[in-house]
Amino acid sequence: MKLPGTPYKNEDFKAGKIPYVEDKPDARYQFSVGIAMSRFLEELRKGKIIGIKCIHCGRVYVPPRTFCSYCFKPTSKWVYVKDTGIVNTAVVSYIAADRGRMDKPLVVAVIELDGASPGMGILHKLGNVDPEDVTSRKIFGKRVRAVWKPEEERTGSITDILYFEPVEED
Amino acid sequence: MARMNINFKNRVAVIGAGLTLFRRRMYETSRELAWEAAKQALDSAGLTLNDIDAVVFGSAPDAFDGIHMQGEHMTDAAGGYMKPYTRVYVGGGTGVFTAIAGWWHVASGLFDRVLVVAEEKMSPVRPHPQFVFHHIFDPVMDKPLGVNLIWIFALEMARYMYKYNIKKEDIALVSVKNKRNALDHPAAQVAAEITVDDVLNSETLVWPVQRLDISPVSDGAAAIVLCNEEYAKQYTDTPVWIEGVGWSLDTTYWTNRDLAFPKYLYYAGKMAYKMAGIDNPRKEIDVAEVYDPFDYKELHHMEGLQLARKGEAPILTREGVTQRDGDLPINPSGGLLGVGNPIAAAGLMKVAEIFWQLRKEAGKRQVAKDPVTGLAQAWGDLMQIGTVVIMRV
Repeated sequence: MKLPGTPYKNEDFKAGKIPYVEDKPDARYQFSVGIAMSRFLEELRKGKIIGIKCIHCGRVYVPPRTFCSYCFKPTSKWVYVKDTGIVNTAVVSYIAADRGRMDKPLVVAVIELDGASPGMGILHKLGNVDPEDVTSRKIFGKRVRAVWKPEEERTGSITDILYFEPVEED
Repeated sequence: MARMNINFKNRVAVIGAGLTLFRRRMYETSRELAWEAAKQALDSAGLTLNDIDAVVFGSAPDAFDGIHMQGEHMTDAAGGYMKPYTRVYVGGGTGVFTAIAGWWHVASGLFDRVLVVAEEKMSPVRPHPQFVFHHIFDPVMDKPLGVNLIWIFALEMARYMYKYNIKKEDIALVSVKNKRNALDHPAAQVAAEITVDDVLNSETLVWPVQRLDISPVSDGAAAIVLCNEEYAKQYTDTPVWIEGVGWSLDTTYWTNRDLAFPKYLYYAGKMAYKMAGIDNPRKEIDVAEVYDPFDYKELHHMEGLQLARKGEAPILTREGVTQRDGDLPINPSGGLLGVGNPIAAAGLMKVAEIFWQLRKEAGKRQVAKDPVTGLAQAWGDLMQIGTVVIMRV
């Protein structure tokens, strides 16, 4: 069975064999971060991580949100969680957001913060972790702590935390 | 198991299917590709567009084709001119969801004959589609960290491997199997005879994800024709019935999910099984096309669909159970890893494969057992939706 379609190669494109037009949309956005995340970012600037509790089911959400996905009722109680947590999963990135190779591999993880409900992880980078500790899965289940930017450099962003690093445990 | 207490007026049959080639770059526009697949599906059913009452079209993020509101752009090409026409979209889950939407058009009794078309053209994005994937992430929590698409898959794959102590070698077997299966598929883009070592030695993008763990970037289109029982009996001696459909979404807060087990798919499968009266999926499903943009996802999805117990899918794979001549053939087409991944079209290609398998028209790809019940599944949005169709002859 022969199916329809005419493939071409990128080289054909470069050689001018493929007629084309070009478009470069310049879409720019300003997102209001909203009610729940405004407070979250404000607390990050102070060096604290805040979650929010649903008083109906008791879940503590991080990042915070104004409603509970399960109860579909408003979440109403702000609660600070710790800046330590457990590594749920971790990987070693060799490529950047644009698919280019990174000079130095980056370790990123989902971290379940202490004080949040089980499974409520956040994405962040890990520092002072050897890629070998990831591929050997040694880092999985280990406790890590946030390393913060100096206070005067914080802007109210998730990047006010530079990365999480392993907590020395005996 | 009792059938689901769901009211639908008509049984729905698939009576035709069409495909274009899947390739990294196609000279045809998205419209030209969609028309080719739609026309072929109509021809194979022995129908013309005049016979069609309504059209359902699916494609994934507009950012790939580069035309905002891709649905309207595709109206004429999908056969929707002056007809009730709907575009559906659930990211990577779109291909199978397009079939589900087509199903409810007919099952509801609103329409008798429906054309279902899915198309994707990813090649226009320069220099690489990865650029637009960046914009699916949360701009407050994720984007400032420089997130790329592979991170989220790698994090899920690593959690799955950690939780069930799964070896990379066993996951790589999926890529080996699917690329080999695709050697017999006329649309295939990246069919190949490769070894586990080839996968393990390929470029590491984000450990544990390596180059040969991933399906390619593709252009392509697929289409099927659906109709009610009355017309099915008139048009064909070999209708394939859609007996169950299901879909379900997990939270968009992806770092709050269970990354080791795809719950969204468990619920989607449960809905479809209940509708189809299936108690024991592992025994009652004869052949399945599960969504495999990454090799580990075939395993993850088998478990979510209860085709394997938690952590058991790699073992079944190692034992050859999922090969075409095995007891539970998975992705006999070659899947996304072998045939290619023009997102929405790849999902509908899976529905088409089950259609051909159940009609025993799959040629060299035909599974060894005599299949009566098949399943097609896709996955998408922010890695959170499962879409499932169960078909029977």
